[in-house]
Amino acid sequence: MRYVIIGTGVAGIAAVEAIRSLDTSGEVFLIGDDPHAFYSRPGLAYYLSGEVPEKQLFPYSKHDYHHLNLHYVRERVVSISPEQSNVTLASGQRLSYDRLLLATGSQAAPLRVPGTDLEGVVKLDHLEDARRIVKLARRTREAVVIGGGITALELVEGLLARKVHVHYFLRGDRYWRNVLDEEESRIVLHRLHEDGVTLHFHTEAAEILGKRGRVVGVRTKDGRVVKCQMVAFAVGIRPRIQLAQEAGLNVDRGILVDETLQTSAPGVYAAGDVAQVFDPLTGHAVLDSLWTPAREQGYVAGLNMAGKRAAYLKATPFNVTRLAGLTTTIIGTVGRGRDEDIAGIARGDSETWRELPEAIVAQSGFDVNRLRLLVGEERLLGAVVMGDQKLSLPLQKIIAGGVDITPIRPKLLARGVSLAEVVADFWEQVRGQFYAA
Amino acid sequence: MALKDFFRPEAIRREVLSAGHVVPDSARCVQCGICSYNCPIGIDVRRHVWRGEAIKHSECLTCGECVARCPRGVLRFARTDLFVGRAK
Repeated sequence: MRYVIIGTGVAGIAAVEAIRSLDTSGEVFLIGDDPHAFYSRPGLAYYLSGEVPEKQLFPYSKHDYHHLNLHYVRERVVSISPEQSNVTLASGQRLSYDRLLLATGSQAAPLRVPGTDLEGVVKLDHLEDARRIVKLARRTREAVVIGGGITALELVEGLLARKVHVHYFLRGDRYWRNVLDEEESRIVLHRLHEDGVTLHFHTEAAEILGKRGRVVGVRTKDGRVVKCQMVAFAVGIRPRIQLAQEAGLNVDRGILVDETLQTSAPGVYAAGDVAQVFDPLTGHAVLDSLWTPAREQGYVAGLNMAGKRAAYLKATPFNVTRLAGLTTTIIGTVGRGRDEDIAGIARGDSETWRELPEAIVAQSGFDVNRLRLLVGEERLLGAVVMGDQKLSLPLQKIIAGGVDITPIRPKLLARGVSLAEVVADFWEQVRGQFYAA
Repeated sequence: MALKDFFRPEAIRREVLSAGHVVPDSARCVQCGICSYNCPIGIDVRRHVWRGEAIKHSECLTCGECVARCPRGVLRFARTDLFVGRAK
């Protein structure tokens, strides 16, 4: 049996681990064009902020790769042929497969303004991008950051940590408007302001200005010029579906898969950012760009590839991130609509977060600690925990576990109640469901 | 664990020194490596988390450095008998 896995991110690696848990003798080819193979993509934010050195981003040692007994091919795949069961590499070499996994991830959506080819225009897809930012930051006094979601703030905070003055362009007057509510958005923007970021509301770039091939500023649509030596953008991501599309697989925004993560072509699977997975919560297929679902999908795809039937049940999406230095957990469904700063989906993002059905919002806290709960009829549908994270884990369990909240629902909706205390008391009663006594 | 302890990680830590470990919630982890990087005695905490295992390492001081530094709240102190593993 020969397994070919395209993509060296966490979905690809998890698939290899799953395959090897069942099949120790089959041939495994891991193919990818990222020169650094497997590393913590979310960890790039902490590398930019200087919290971890680059070498720390690699969870796998040489010994680990060796242990998985795989053939690593550092090359780009130019086409796949489900009819002939082979893939063609950039070198022209063909490689046949019995089972194929597409774990090609996603890439930054392009910034559609003139001047993006200038030196100093950066994005944050890969370690190579992060390295470029670190290098450029040494001779950058001012930078413009364009976009939204988690990645835009990772860029802002990474540059701040490197003593770069940041201008942050927002198309409207809110940050991440389809996930955060007005107050949460205000808290984040206020903190950015306090950290010295110049916020430009209702601002859109018209053109990146250059001199001798390098960025010298940005001209806005309303005719202002903001001087800078770097432009960093994060305006959303696109799943890398081209290989699947050209091979005639069923694709939508991502590659469509069934519950075993098999695509429309028998023997061909997809996992991670590139896969569009059925979501029982919303009733349709959605995209996530999150590390844990990518790992879980990769693992389930790997099991199926090696012959063990396993179903992937999309879990309640959640992410813990830092927004302007404030730890924030986002769980379940918390918002709706669209965000003008992002086209589609961003990194660290889930489409499910924006599928908010009818729910009542309960919120308490202000300044830095804030708790917002989306209260359904019998269950909590979502939560945003900002600042103090003591309730982050309990809420994650309560929401993902679909715990019946009927006993505390009136309390949650009562005026002037401390939501934190109600949830903490409730957690004390139900935590036994999750941890053995 | 009593409710008051839930809000007093320091109390848990003292108990844990003799009766428990640092345990992960692996679903929160993105393998950034900050935990391993900050461990004063060089335990590869991240590796334990990848495998869904408690930090059962004879040299672990339960000093709390990894718990405090993790940006995603992956790690916490717990008495061993409270922990149910999520082995992958």
